[in-house]
Amino acid sequence: MTHDTVIRTDDLEVTYTGKREVTALNGVSVDFSENKLTAIIGPSGCGKSTLLKSLNRLHEIQPNAEITGEVYLEDDPVYETDEPLPEIRRRVGYVPQKPTPLPVSIYNNVAYGPKIHGDYSREELDDIVETQLRKVNLWSEVEDRLDSPGAELSTGQIQRLCLARSLAAEPDVLLCDEVTSALDPISAEQVEETLADLKEEYTIVMVTHSMEQAKRLADDVIFLYLGDVIETNDARTFFENPQNERTQEFVEGHAAVEYDDGDDTAPDSTADAPPAE
Amino acid sequence: MDTTTDSGSNAQADRPERLDRRLLIERLSSYWLIGAGLFAVALFALIVLTLVQQSIPIVSEHSLLEMLTSSNWDPASEEFGYLPAIVGTIYVTVLSMAMGTPIAILAAIYIAEYAEGRMKVIVSSFIDVLAAIPSVIFGLVGLIVVVPFVGDYLAPALGTHSIGLGIVTVSLVMAIIVTPFMISLTVESLEALPDELREASLGVGATKWETIRSVLLRAAGPGIFSAILLGFGRVFGATIVPAMLIGGQTAIPESPFDAGETLPSLIVNDFGELMSIPLTQSALIFVGLLLLVIVWLFNFGAMLVRRRLQRRWQY
Ligand SMILES: Nc1ncnc2c1ncn2[C@@H]1O[C@H](COP(=O)(O)OP(=O)(O)OP(=O)(O)O)[C@@H](O)[C@H]1O
Ligand SMILES: [Mg+2]
Repeated sequence: MTHDTVIRTDDLEVTYTGKREVTALNGVSVDFSENKLTAIIGPSGCGKSTLLKSLNRLHEIQPNAEITGEVYLEDDPVYETDEPLPEIRRRVGYVPQKPTPLPVSIYNNVAYGPKIHGDYSREELDDIVETQLRKVNLWSEVEDRLDSPGAELSTGQIQRLCLARSLAAEPDVLLCDEVTSALDPISAEQVEETLADLKEEYTIVMVTHSMEQAKRLADDVIFLYLGDVIETNDARTFFENPQNERTQEFVEGHAAVEYDDGDDTAPDSTADAPPAE
Repeated sequence: MDTTTDSGSNAQADRPERLDRRLLIERLSSYWLIGAGLFAVALFALIVLTLVQQSIPIVSEHSLLEMLTSSNWDPASEEFGYLPAIVGTIYVTVLSMAMGTPIAILAAIYIAEYAEGRMKVIVSSFIDVLAAIPSVIFGLVGLIVVVPFVGDYLAPALGTHSIGLGIVTVSLVMAIIVTPFMISLTVESLEALPDELREASLGVGATKWETIRSVLLRAAGPGIFSAILLGFGRVFGATIVPAMLIGGQTAIPESPFDAGETLPSLIVNDFGELMSIPLTQSALIFVGLLLLVIVWLFNFGAMLVRRRLQRRWQY
């Protein structure tokens, strides 16, 4: 990739230990470019969320996750480092898949990061809250109810609130884990529009299940399959001229399925057929 | 369902019968459940009615206000002042909750958020075992250990005097009883929180402690509030430990190191002995009614507070 790399992984390997040991990532080395939106796609359980969270060490809250390899943020290591973990996570923000407001007011959801990281006056905080809520196209919908609980918004609004909350901490990189998958189509579209605006200004890494969404939003695409990176390319090449056979199958398979009214089962599924006797 | 096509006409005949049987069971089960529910309500009404009916003699002979504010409890001379027991109950409840609650919350945070692996298993099963010990055993241990500790060490160390039995002793033992119970419930409500909440907070650069303090404790707040209230209910209604350790003194305690009486221990300690004195039984049953009403009012208030918290701190 020709653009400046903001964050990259080097031979990242993540294993979940336990009764059934799962190697979620098999030595992944990928780059994420500045002010681009990189989509991570791949079938369920292939390690997309694990890759995303390992970028800011958020998977470490799982007691059974073991990791080797390194992540470099602006060439500084993220694992073998003296930099405090909260600061790394401030620089690499994370938005969960499930719309999750903090149990505080709308205002304080956005002000949460700034209050932790800086000594802002009330006026400065007011400013930050307004700016960030405008950035995610939520300001006009909530400006007269900033003091009500964040959880009282609709899920689509909450997801944009979550984006604003992450942005308010002034991250260098924003990690989004399937942020539209829990939303109805209209809310999803609004969040997508917001992401499209944001990618001008931020380096965004987005996990998505929707091939269409990746086509619409992504500059670069990473295709993960069972913990391996199969292909990584700019979006146009990836979708129009995939280099790897498996990518080709995946892209086409999904296209075919999508014409099939979004039904996710494989076309050759015979699970419901009676046994031949 | 697969077999219906195979077994042909037989299945056709089978089905209605089978369906009938299932519908019959369905109807019977609903009768059973309604019956069980009605039984519970009836039992409850019976208890309340009994208490009310048996309390009538005392309230018709003595003024309620006078009984609640008089500090003279002497059934032999027809004096039924509840104030000493009321003060004793408040003392014990406040003291043991003040000792138990902060410890319970801190310990629960440790278990739910910090302890890992074997340590977590060991500590939390230890807490569960403690929570399951019958209180009479704590009463016995209190007699053997806590009574001499308070009488010989704690009271002298604080420059006061105690016979060992008394409010402080009961409060210490009740705190020990109720703390593991509150820990268990608090751990449960912390562990029920979705990981997304932790990720959301850590993901903007909050530290673990900041996440616990400003996110997790709030989100689990209604649950923790319930844990504290259930603990409160247990202390408030505790009978055997106060009966064993409070020293049975029906005068208003001047210091927490004095002996005293709580409302439940008053019932236990006096019920058998003073039954021959007229009105005593009614006076004690009225104490029971009083306990019931206070617990109700409390639960009702708690429900309102909990609702508010749930709205305020929803996630
Ligand atoms: N805490 C955990 N303990 C054990 N195994 C885990 C844990 N978290 C994830 N895994 C396993 O690791 C693999 C990768 O999980 P991951 O969540 O990264 O996949 P994903 O691509 O995000 O899936 P999805 O599309 O369903 O979100 C899966 O097989 C999953 O079952
Ligand atoms: Mg995932």
